[in-house]
Amino acid sequence: MTMSTDIAVRVSEAETIAQDVKRFRFVTLDGSPLPEFSGGAHTVVTMHDGDRVRRNPYSLMGSPSDGSSYQISVLRTVDSRGGSAFMHDKVKTGSELMISRPVNLFPVDRRGRKHLLIAGGIGITPFMSMMLQLTREERPFELHYANRTAGRAAYVSHLQSAYGHRVHTYFDDKQQMLPLARLLDGQPLGTHLYVCGPSGMIDWVLKSAREAGWPDENVHSERFQAPPSGKPFTVTLARSKKTIEVAEYQSVLEAVEAAGVDAPYLCRGGACGQCETAVLSCEGTLKHNDHYLPDDEKASGKKIMICVSRIDGTNVVLDL
Amino acid sequence: MLSPGIISRPVYKGLAPDAHAKHNLIAAEGEGAAAVLDMAAKTPEGFFARSVILFCATGSAGKGYEDKLKALAPASYWDFPTIPTSIFRLKGALSTASMGTRLYVAGTEPFIASVMKEAIEAGIDYKSVITEHRGSAKRRVQCVHCKGFTENVTASPFVCSHCGLSLFVRDHFSRRLAAFQGVCVDAEAPGEVPPVEELYK
Repeated sequence: MTMSTDIAVRVSEAETIAQDVKRFRFVTLDGSPLPEFSGGAHTVVTMHDGDRVRRNPYSLMGSPSDGSSYQISVLRTVDSRGGSAFMHDKVKTGSELMISRPVNLFPVDRRGRKHLLIAGGIGITPFMSMMLQLTREERPFELHYANRTAGRAAYVSHLQSAYGHRVHTYFDDKQQMLPLARLLDGQPLGTHLYVCGPSGMIDWVLKSAREAGWPDENVHSERFQAPPSGKPFTVTLARSKKTIEVAEYQSVLEAVEAAGVDAPYLCRGGACGQCETAVLSCEGTLKHNDHYLPDDEKASGKKIMICVSRIDGTNVVLDL
Repeated sequence: MLSPGIISRPVYKGLAPDAHAKHNLIAAEGEGAAAVLDMAAKTPEGFFARSVILFCATGSAGKGYEDKLKALAPASYWDFPTIPTSIFRLKGALSTASMGTRLYVAGTEPFIASVMKEAIEAGIDYKSVITEHRGSAKRRVQCVHCKGFTENVTASPFVCSHCGLSLFVRDHFSRRLAAFQGVCVDAEAPGEVPPVEELYK
């Protein structure tokens, strides 16, 4: 993904819609329409904060066919590496940003007979566009939406008025548990399940679905995982002939970009496989944090997903 | 004529039990029964009590597979005189099945393809169907010119049973049509038909 394909946008609305959740609307600087997308797609927002450049992926929430604006929602995370705090504190109506063209790693499987959507907290965002698409295409769906409290739950009243009985909400502080075992039992053949939310919830749903005999092909998930921090180390880029520092709170991909080297990426969350990079040698141990490489490839020590994984050691030589 | 570049050519990985499935729907034809019996050595406790077996003996008639399959003590067992009658019953079973059901198919390619076609129409992803090829390598082939299907094709080229063209059998496969593709072999030089090879016996 080179910068030249990015789109310059202005924030036309910035509104707090739940505790720690803000909604932003983007329009293009020149008034030209934004590309159409498909339900579940995301955009990567580039944030310039002084010398630091951050790129975070956010799901597109609006109607996939409406090119007049894009909308995203941002949760301020407690262990924020700074991206969500920047969006909350520094980005206001009138701010200008660069965003990537839409990418969809969490699409609706149109062969499905029924679509079971399971959201936890801010994980609701990809389903906002997905439900608009499912409604337009007259495909049956149900949303099951869990939150810690009503105050933290974004868009509940909007969803209830738009989709009525198809929306089911659960609140932890009211001891309401998402009835996963019951939901997985007896769904019609050809049902597809989609889950987005905290990592622990996604693991729970994937494991439960497999144990309920659901084929992997019918179960879809999307994680927006921030790159884990760790001890600093250096990366040698064999092709670019550069050696760079990766700081404690920086990912390898971010360090590579800061050094002016253009590395491929799509999800920036260890899911899509786009940033797979060959490891030529490593003084230390690879710490794989992705959900993409199979276990044997992780163990081989020959590959790394540079958006989320790092090393515990001094230096790693990459084929970049 | 195996052409590795043709990705539509189905790959059959062999029967293996899904230990988590709530229900197993097992469709076997001919020597496919032997694949089911072989899988029985690897199944977890209670597997066949959650299983329905549909069997069509075809070329294996007289080998006694019926009794061996029944001896696995499935929740229910049916046998059928022909592939179309077993497919009719399969359609019924799929129409009332729910998620948590795993489909297994073993037998010749035309049988696997017919089952797969029904599975896809019932909303099952073809990649989640567990398959094993046993028995003859005969193919069901559609003539790309007249669109007629010829069953039990064992040689290439062969004469289309509908329009009479000499057809070269390709590895191009259609899941929707449950058939391989047959293409006129002498279109450029009519009458110049290469020697017939028995490739799919």
